[in-house]
Amino acid sequence: METIGINGSRPRPGEGRGDTITARRAVMALTAKATAFELKAVRDLAPAGVVDLRPPETGLVMLRGRIGGSGAAFNLGEATVSRAAVRLPSGATGFGHVLGRDRHRARDAALVDALWIEGTRRDRLENEILAPLAARIARDEKRRTAEVAATRVDFFTLVRGAD
Amino acid sequence: MYVSVKGGEKAIRAAHRLLAHRRRGDRAVPEVAADQIREQLTLAVDRVMNEGSLYDRDLAALAIKQARGDLIEAAFLVRAYRTTLPRFGCSTPLDTAAMSVDRRISATYKDLPGGQILGPTFDYTHRLIDFALMADSETPLPEREREPGPAAASAMPRVTDLLGDEGLIEAEPAAADGAEPGDLTRAPLRVPAARDLRLQQLARGDEGFLLALGYSTQRGYGSTHPFAGEIRIGEVEVEFEVPELGFVVPLGSVALSECQMINQFAGSAEIEPTFTRGYGLAFGQVERKVMAMALVDRALRTEELGGEATHPAQDQEFVLSHADNVQATGFVEHLKLPHYVDFQAELALVRQLRREHTAARAARDAQSDDVYEEAAQ
Repeated sequence: METIGINGSRPRPGEGRGDTITARRAVMALTAKATAFELKAVRDLAPAGVVDLRPPETGLVMLRGRIGGSGAAFNLGEATVSRAAVRLPSGATGFGHVLGRDRHRARDAALVDALWIEGTRRDRLENEILAPLAARIARDEKRRTAEVAATRVDFFTLVRGAD
Repeated sequence: MYVSVKGGEKAIRAAHRLLAHRRRGDRAVPEVAADQIREQLTLAVDRVMNEGSLYDRDLAALAIKQARGDLIEAAFLVRAYRTTLPRFGCSTPLDTAAMSVDRRISATYKDLPGGQILGPTFDYTHRLIDFALMADSETPLPEREREPGPAAASAMPRVTDLLGDEGLIEAEPAAADGAEPGDLTRAPLRVPAARDLRLQQLARGDEGFLLALGYSTQRGYGSTHPFAGEIRIGEVEVEFEVPELGFVVPLGSVALSECQMINQFAGSAEIEPTFTRGYGLAFGQVERKVMAMALVDRALRTEELGGEATHPAQDQEFVLSHADNVQATGFVEHLKLPHYVDFQAELALVRQLRREHTAARAARDAQSDDVYEEAAQ
């Protein structure tokens, strides 16, 4: 499975299903990192008559690691995850999955997914939610990288008995 | 065996109210909020997430507050909470090679691709109490590298992969096709256990217990000649396959610590001399935990590498049965619950034994008196 960088471009869905999935996953990667406040704005974009296909709920996902980092999988421990699924009056369905117990966040993420699939409000979705979100995440990531990089160290080996 | 008791409701209610009052402490001091614990006691939160075996920073922080800072009690609360939730499924295996690192060090290579990054560490501090933290002083912002260079994970290969490329370290075998890893939350742990189950138990095991066991191997109770090949701490993306969607969705990222311990191995009749591995992986920034875990993981592999398990850290039954502090505290602390009937039985038995003992001694004394008297005659 390829991974999508949060800073990577988010292609518009093309004809192929693969392209659509790639683009859709990129949107999901953004919403999974969004704060509750950042996602809340999507409610202003949603039409009336949204149906909860799956009422927001919280459960567990077992996180797996690999033995030695690269070997066979093992069960490391669980994480709380909230999920929801919604259907717009147009019939477009959206899914939301986020770490944590905030069910509102999961439903808002599902709304973003549904609106993105529907496509008719994609410009507002992009301008009001996704672009600012991507910019904020990129800023945070850049700051964090710079802070961590300042602690890069060069050790020198001292040779015993050297002049 | 303890027995049920009735009554005491009023006293229990009062005890819990007193507990809440003592938890609050001096009411002249501001109450600590769960988000303050989450943000400022992060390493305690990390420990509770591991030993509670549930990644949820907010929940662990709240549990620490509720438990008055008793981290084992907090882990117990988290474990109890997790039993109330349904399981949606399992993540795809986390890719620690693609970690966005906060810290990455190696004790085996001075110059390694990607470099050494100290990150937020207690190492090289002087361990002097900092009284400045008592004052309302502003914490300075961290320094920033103007040109941080590539942060890409490809620039930071695993140290074990570097050795693997030369064939000097054992390869980590992939799972047999379609083989699901064991899960000790679904089936009781039995020994001997495969390495996947052992790692699951160690990941949720008590840090103090693992530390002591790891230390015991260093002091000679089953030495493994370890080097800390690499320790990396940072964020890893979580992905989860959603059957309704038919593809893998990103869930966000989690903080992980990973330790690759490289150990000497002289080889055996079948195996060439090579380096062997001990592995540690856990939630959050828990360097001590993953180092100890890696030492114990390697020690538990003694028999599979042709050695004889003669020391505690090498003994699966000993290590795996006693690593879980929630289980351990349950059994140790149950001793304070009512054992009145049991004890009455013991009491009656001891009284009877003493009576018999006294009677036997009296009979013996009488007999020896007879002998003495006979001898005197």
